[in-house]
This record gives sequence, structure tokens and C-alpha cells, in this order.
Amino acid sequence: MMDRKKTLAAIARHVTDADIVLPVYSSAFDWLDIRPNPLNYLSHGAMGLASSHALGLALGRPDRRVIVLDGDGSLLMNLGTLVSTAEAAPKNLFHFVCENGTYEANGGHPIPGRGSVSFAGMARSAGYKSVHEFSDLKNFEQQVGAILAEQGPVFTCLKIVSSGAQERDYSRLHGPHVRKTFRDALAAS
Amino acid sequence: MSVSEVAGRTVAGLSGQSIIREIMASGIQFVISVPDITTSEGLLRPLAKLTDPRFIRVCKEDEGVGICAGLSFTGKRGLLLIQQTGLLDSINAIRGNAVEYNLPICMMVGLLQKEAGVPPRQSKSYGVRIVEPILDAMGIVYQNIEEDPDVAKIRPAIDKAFADSKPVVLLIGQTPK
Repeated sequence: MMDRKKTLAAIARHVTDADIVLPVYSSAFDWLDIRPNPLNYLSHGAMGLASSHALGLALGRPDRRVIVLDGDGSLLMNLGTLVSTAEAAPKNLFHFVCENGTYEANGGHPIPGRGSVSFAGMARSAGYKSVHEFSDLKNFEQQVGAILAEQGPVFTCLKIVSSGAQERDYSRLHGPHVRKTFRDALAAS
Repeated sequence: MSVSEVAGRTVAGLSGQSIIREIMASGIQFVISVPDITTSEGLLRPLAKLTDPRFIRVCKEDEGVGICAGLSFTGKRGLLLIQQTGLLDSINAIRGNAVEYNLPICMMVGLLQKEAGVPPRQSKSYGVRIVEPILDAMGIVYQNIEEDPDVAKIRPAIDKAFADSKPVVLLIGQTPK
């Protein structure tokens, strides 16, 4: 298992100022510490929908890499997104899922199928041509750059553990200023 | 123009091609859809053959809410084509993305089992009767597209949604031909 902050930091080292990043819930709070940036897209409106927002962004801005840092509980709420994204096949969409087996943002309760569900397997079956899975940080650090250079859509499951307690100020995700900052930054770039 | 007599009111027909022309004139670049039986033949099937707007199939209607939200930040216009059952299933996504975030989520919604010429609130179908009151409760603007003269409402409604950054629902009240 990989420490989430270290795992996200490995991704951050390969993210450029042109990339759009959609971190979700627990990953979002860690990501904001690691890489605050106006092109972080943080407002997903309802649990599970970040990858669908990402598909819209990827279709609307094919010139940008769109990187989703999803959670396993979130993905379970919107599994159809795997099929829809595979069919739409945006070349610029990279879907990472942090799998810790819990609804961490909702009290740490186990997800259904914890330990037996294969998110990589589901993505492969949904039609993703490029699917990865990592539980070793050094291995991931060596390969993440190449993954982000692939043609999308690419799905990567990251088996992680929490990096510890977080201060969860949800206005950092849902406040109107968050969306204005993103909109302005995307329009200006 | 076809005309039918239903429930004591004469209603004109509803042309799918006219609706498609208005969708295109509204600058819609993506149509995102879960199939709806009311609009299946006259609207959905011909739209699915087009490359512009691009047609995106999704598995569940709330995915489409998210996709339209993402598109809205890129300056592109999306239209979600669904059935009212999917609208009801997506209420939390619409609440969060469209209403609380003030995003221009445009939804064209076929009213399954609505009788032509009967106002939605007077339908014999419970699933139809509750749609407008729910939209009212959520503060979402809607337009009834019941017969051909109503098609003229589509473009202004979509333009206003994007100008105001607010959602809009276009209720398709009979099967487009």
C-alpha cells in the first residue's frame, strides 16, 4: 500500500501548468496541500460525478490533459462513467482512483466489496485500452510519467492508505470563489 | 402539421426536425443522452446520426449532468436529452451542480406517458404530474414544448440559461414526428 500524499506528490511532479486536475474529497485536501493551482477543478456537485465532469472538460478542451484523482467510494457511485468514458474515448483524459477500501470522507466505513472488487478489472471490462494498478510507491514513481504520456483514456488504480488526519474545510471545494478562479484561469490560458 | 384531438383540446403535431434545427441554432455542440421513448424516433435517433452536435451516450442521466457541467467551464454548450424518470433519478446531481453552483445545465426531457394536449399537472400519470411542482420547488425554469409553435421557445430558453448561468428544462409533451 502507498501513502496517499506521497502517491499524489509523485503525480504532481509530472503535472504541468496547462493540465486540469480534478481531485476528489480526501485526495482533494491532500492535493491542495501538495499543488495549489487555479486549474484545480474542485467542485463536483454530487459524490461520484468528478469523472463525468472530467469527461465534459476533456471533450470541451481537447488541447488539455484532464487528470481525475478519484476515490473508490466515489467511483462505485458512478460505475457507468467507465463505460461512457471508454466509448467517448477522449485522448486527453487520465483517471486515477485512490483505493483505500473506505468511504473516508463519510466516517471511514468500508466500501461494498472491499478487498474483492477489482477497479482495474472493471475499467478493462468497460473498454479502457490502457489500465494500470499499483501498490508499490517506487514502482509507481518510476512509471507515472510514462502513464501521463500515453494516449487516453487511461485508467490507473492506486492502492493507498490515508496519510493521516485532515482539516476538511469544504468551502475550499464548493465555495463560489473556487469555480470563479477555475473558470477565469481556464479562459485566460 | 399534423393535428390530433385529445382530452378535449386540439393540439398541433410536434416536428422532431424543427426541434433539431433549434438545438443547432442554439449553439449546442454536444448532446448527451440516455434513451427516452417519447423522443426516441423523432429526435434521439436523428440526433445520434449527426457529428455536429456530437452525440454522447451515457449510462445514467446524472453522468450527463456532470458532463454538461464540465463542458460549461470550457465555453462549450451541452444539452442533456433524457426522460423524466432520469430527471427524477438525477435530482441530487441537478441540485448540486445546476442549482447550487449556478451552472447552465440544459435538459430536454421527454414526458413518458403524458397525454398529448393535457397539461403535465393534469396528467393521469403520477410520474408526469409531479415534474413541474418538483422543478418549481427547486427553482428551476422550464418550458413546455407541446406542439410546433412551442419550438420557438427552445433557442431563447437555452440562450438565457447560458446568459444567466442557470439550468433550464424543456419538457417535451408529445412524441415528436
